[in-house]
Amino acid sequence: MANYQTSTNSSINPKPLIKKPDRKSKRIIETITPYLFLLPNIIGFLIFTAFPVLFSIIMSFFDWPMLDKPRFIGLENYIHLFTKDELFVKVLLNTVYYVVVLVPLNVIVSLGFAVWLNSISRGSVVFRTMFFMPILVPMVASALIWKWLYNPQYGLINGFLGWFGIDGPNWLGDPKFAMLSIIIMSVWAGFGYNMVIFIAGLQGIPKTLYEAASIDGARKWTCFWKITLPMLSPTMFFAVIMTIISSFQVFDQAFIMTNGGPFNKTNTIVYYIYQNGFEFFKMGYASAIAWVLFAAIFVVTLVQMKMQKKWVHYE
Amino acid sequence: MELPRKNYPFSFKKTLNYTLLTAAGILFIVPLLWMAATSLKPSNEIFTMPPKWFGSHVEWTNYFKAWDYFPFLRFYINTIIVSLSTVVLVLLTSSLAAYAFARMRFKGRDMLFLLYLGTLMIPGQVTIVPLFILMKYLGWVDTYQALILPGAFSAFGTFLLRQFFLTIPVELEEAARIDGCSRFGLYWRILLPLSGPGLAALGIFTFIGQWNNFLWPLIITNTDSMKTLPLGIAMFQSQSGTQWHLMMAASSIAIIPTLIVFICAQKYFIKGITMTGMGGR
Repeated sequence: MANYQTSTNSSINPKPLIKKPDRKSKRIIETITPYLFLLPNIIGFLIFTAFPVLFSIIMSFFDWPMLDKPRFIGLENYIHLFTKDELFVKVLLNTVYYVVVLVPLNVIVSLGFAVWLNSISRGSVVFRTMFFMPILVPMVASALIWKWLYNPQYGLINGFLGWFGIDGPNWLGDPKFAMLSIIIMSVWAGFGYNMVIFIAGLQGIPKTLYEAASIDGARKWTCFWKITLPMLSPTMFFAVIMTIISSFQVFDQAFIMTNGGPFNKTNTIVYYIYQNGFEFFKMGYASAIAWVLFAAIFVVTLVQMKMQKKWVHYE
Repeated sequence: MELPRKNYPFSFKKTLNYTLLTAAGILFIVPLLWMAATSLKPSNEIFTMPPKWFGSHVEWTNYFKAWDYFPFLRFYINTIIVSLSTVVLVLLTSSLAAYAFARMRFKGRDMLFLLYLGTLMIPGQVTIVPLFILMKYLGWVDTYQALILPGAFSAFGTFLLRQFFLTIPVELEEAARIDGCSRFGLYWRILLPLSGPGLAALGIFTFIGQWNNFLWPLIITNTDSMKTLPLGIAMFQSQSGTQWHLMMAASSIAIIPTLIVFICAQKYFIKGITMTGMGGR
């Protein structure tokens, strides 16, 4: 920066007199340039992110029907959610169940395949592509494909179970199995991201650690627990947080496969936001639910951050 | 001469390993294979007990029927318009802002950057109701701008590109500055050409995210002429019972572009995921 200014100011320059006002305006330009760079993004950010976020907080304190005039009701929406709306509590528990079962399954499957793919010398890219493919399929299409697979009479899964004489359940129609079916489908549809992240993490572990351990006579299984997992824990920490956040927001699957049923067994927070906002037209109420979702995500992430000292090893 | 013999048991282990891996790989793409199989069956052979992989003949016409069943071409064009314009806008606005965050000093920079990062934590569903009201107020319901603009100014993209720009050495830009290159010139002619992988990663995330987006188009569109592919596929469900063979054909058609994008740019996609740990989530 300093170089730049002295070079324009040097005495070789034939017209030093014109330079003076130029320098001043240059300084002004220097100060506003960053903001000019930011401007296009900031305008959009303010209109389509910041404003809606603030507006959403305000809305959550209103009774806000789509067609009628909004009416300020203070904390009424929030109070109603937790004290009078039994369905909401159910929806909240459903979502927590989904997160609690899905996240470990997702991590186990993705870590398992990452370790497996990392151990082979050739063709890992081909297999990686295979396992990653479900990520690329629109969630709507995945949900429909699985709905077809889960079909109690004509579906592939019950057909397969039929070979062994097992009478498969009505996966999506049975209150006991519906959420579990959605979870299985979601693991399939989503584990590819974490798998890729874990593969990258595994490649970052120095080989010398394993060599030293094998000289000391450590078994593979011991190596996995004592080297791989601790070394991978920072990666895993981040992957777990991201997976939790995204799984709290599950919607497409429930909307397509079950419509939240049977008996609201698969109704999730975001689906409930959608129902309240765009089916019952209770916009203020929907906003309040959205903020409860945010609070849930925020608290869980915060707890994770606090707990990381216990299991995440940084070098 | 001795070596191969010595390795013999290992080689057996290896073969077993690959066989198992192949089996697992096939198991995991069975749903996609089943989709393809169903999409090629004659309509009267969809419902068989037990399910069969192949019909009596390959029914290619399902694809044409699915295409004509709804204004599918329109859905396709809409999705292409929405995805591509979002990608262009995101790359442009995010890289400009990221340049300012990564390379310039100005008042309020850190505060602003923190604000951007903070919004990454807020789930998109929080803004969906107010966004809808905003669109209604602007008279934009059921328009392209409503489909495109909310996704076009990405805090995530700004964050990703800022991180990427920080990995590029500043020396080149400093040299160009001394030669009298303007700020915009530095960004446009020096930094952007060096940022191919970062831009590619963000571009692919944005493209696939938009291509597969469901909730927002579901809310903001109401006529067929504005619908996108995911909505179109879902429509096979509601019309007088599900037409599984047509729906599966439609799904196959919808998946092809993302598959092509991924296979062409797999390297950047993977890099982008590992760089941010997020991907399209």
